[in-house]
Amino acid sequence: MKFDTVIGLEVHAELKTNTKIFCSCSTAFGAPPNTQTCPVCLGHPGVLPVLNKRAVEYAIKAGLATNCDIAEETKFDRKNYFYPDNPKAYQISQFDKPIAENGSIEIEVNGKKKNIGITRIHMEEDAGKLTHDEDGGHSLVDFNRVGTPLIEIVSEPDIESPEEAYAYLEKLKAILQYTEVSDCKMEEGSLRCDANISLKPAGQEEFGVKTELKNLNSFANVQKGLAYEEKRQEAELLSGGEILQETRRWDDAKKETVLMRVKEGSDDYRYFPEPDLVTLYVDDEWKQTIGEDIPELPDARRERYIHDLNLPAYDAGVVTQVKAISDYFEEMVAQGADAKQAANWLMGEVNAHLNAEHLEITDVPMQPGELAKLIQLIEKGTISSKIAKQVFADLIEKGGDPEKIVEDKGLVQISDEGELQQIVDNILDNNPQSIEDFKGGKDKAFKFLVGQVMKETKGKANPQVVNKLIESGIEAR
Amino acid sequence: MITKEQVEHVAHLARLEIGEDEIDDFTNKLDAIIGYAEQLNELDTTNVEPTTHVIDIRNVLREDENKPSIEREQALGNAPESEDGQVKVPSVLD
Repeated sequence: MKFDTVIGLEVHAELKTNTKIFCSCSTAFGAPPNTQTCPVCLGHPGVLPVLNKRAVEYAIKAGLATNCDIAEETKFDRKNYFYPDNPKAYQISQFDKPIAENGSIEIEVNGKKKNIGITRIHMEEDAGKLTHDEDGGHSLVDFNRVGTPLIEIVSEPDIESPEEAYAYLEKLKAILQYTEVSDCKMEEGSLRCDANISLKPAGQEEFGVKTELKNLNSFANVQKGLAYEEKRQEAELLSGGEILQETRRWDDAKKETVLMRVKEGSDDYRYFPEPDLVTLYVDDEWKQTIGEDIPELPDARRERYIHDLNLPAYDAGVVTQVKAISDYFEEMVAQGADAKQAANWLMGEVNAHLNAEHLEITDVPMQPGELAKLIQLIEKGTISSKIAKQVFADLIEKGGDPEKIVEDKGLVQISDEGELQQIVDNILDNNPQSIEDFKGGKDKAFKFLVGQVMKETKGKANPQVVNKLIESGIEAR
Repeated sequence: MITKEQVEHVAHLARLEIGEDEIDDFTNKLDAIIGYAEQLNELDTTNVEPTTHVIDIRNVLREDENKPSIEREQALGNAPESEDGQVKVPSVLD
């Protein structure tokens, strides 16, 4: 029996405002616990929340960038529940009139394009942060995060595989970063994802019972958790079992999902309109002003790179995934770097360095113009690409003029035939066996000879010239 | 008619402890309150938009500008217990 997989994702993104959604406390990450609170976000009696204009504008922007309809009239509601991270015993959220609805974003998996619907985007306030005591005796609460503006982006159940879920998240993150409404740093919790997954017999209309996955703290874990759950549910169904509506946690150490609780009935949040906040109206003019502020989005950039810069589709996709990388790439091209070479360096050496050091491109001292110049030095034949990697190691750590690094370190490529001829002659004189081997059909022997010249010149010899000289040298013998 | 089970459910949602001997009393009182509000249903509200606010004030917004927060000691002042600058609560694991 074959099954269809149905996945829906709920993404919470913290908006990049200076202050909280209903009060003027800072939203900066990493402050000492409970130093960014006030009577409003702590939920003291008699206080009044006042909505942050920028938070609304960011939510509208996110809605427009994901092709949503923006509500002309929208309001806030109270979602009531008791939990220590929620000092008011209710969360101000949006229930029946969210700021944005009916959107979609396009994803591509294995060369196949597909639209994933966005049911709604609503605004709400974040909760505090709980840490649990090792021995289980008690928990500690930091209220700094309480009231940080969030948008919750709910997808339609259009996602059919863990790979599509991953692609959707990557695209959504890119859009939120390009529009600069959120940092989307999963490690700081500014982007969080819950996933719903169910299976149904292939072709059946009616959905099966879904499970909800939590604790998915990276996109890779979303994909892994869903893949695990897909298999688990399939095995359960095939063995005649039943899927229960439960919440499961991804255990990254064990690489499996673990039951947290079985849901009985629906949660009773007793939503009602927030009496302390007035209705919000978004007119066309406001919407338009915000819309004009939306920059070129990743899909548009990707198309432009393919058509205007002749970049392969794959490269264009990778380079546009993170806005800062894409901006860096554009600056490199503007400073004269060949587009394909610039993409190669960014996807190769630069990416490897950033990953190894856990850095963002904006953290490294190397400027786009400097890397562009390095590429030009290779093109001009001043240095070989091998030497360029040496220069790069310096450049990305400290920045600077690559030409100067090349000169200071004496790394200029030797292309002068006269100078190289002597070295080649010496190598050939000392390695008669290799010459014999090569004549006997062993291509490896040729590479060995080239390697010897490179060793002699500390990698500075121009490889093309060396090849040519060795060839003619062997012929002459 | 409000049932005893509904009273128990609402009490649980509000984390209120109600004694066995109080349930009948609350059931009657809640029933009376709901019954009083039920009078509103006598009005024909077809084509009337739900009212969330009685005065039509629109778009009360503030600029995204920081103002000082309160001191941590003050923030923790009402907490029954605190530790390392945080509020200490009975263990919750979810």
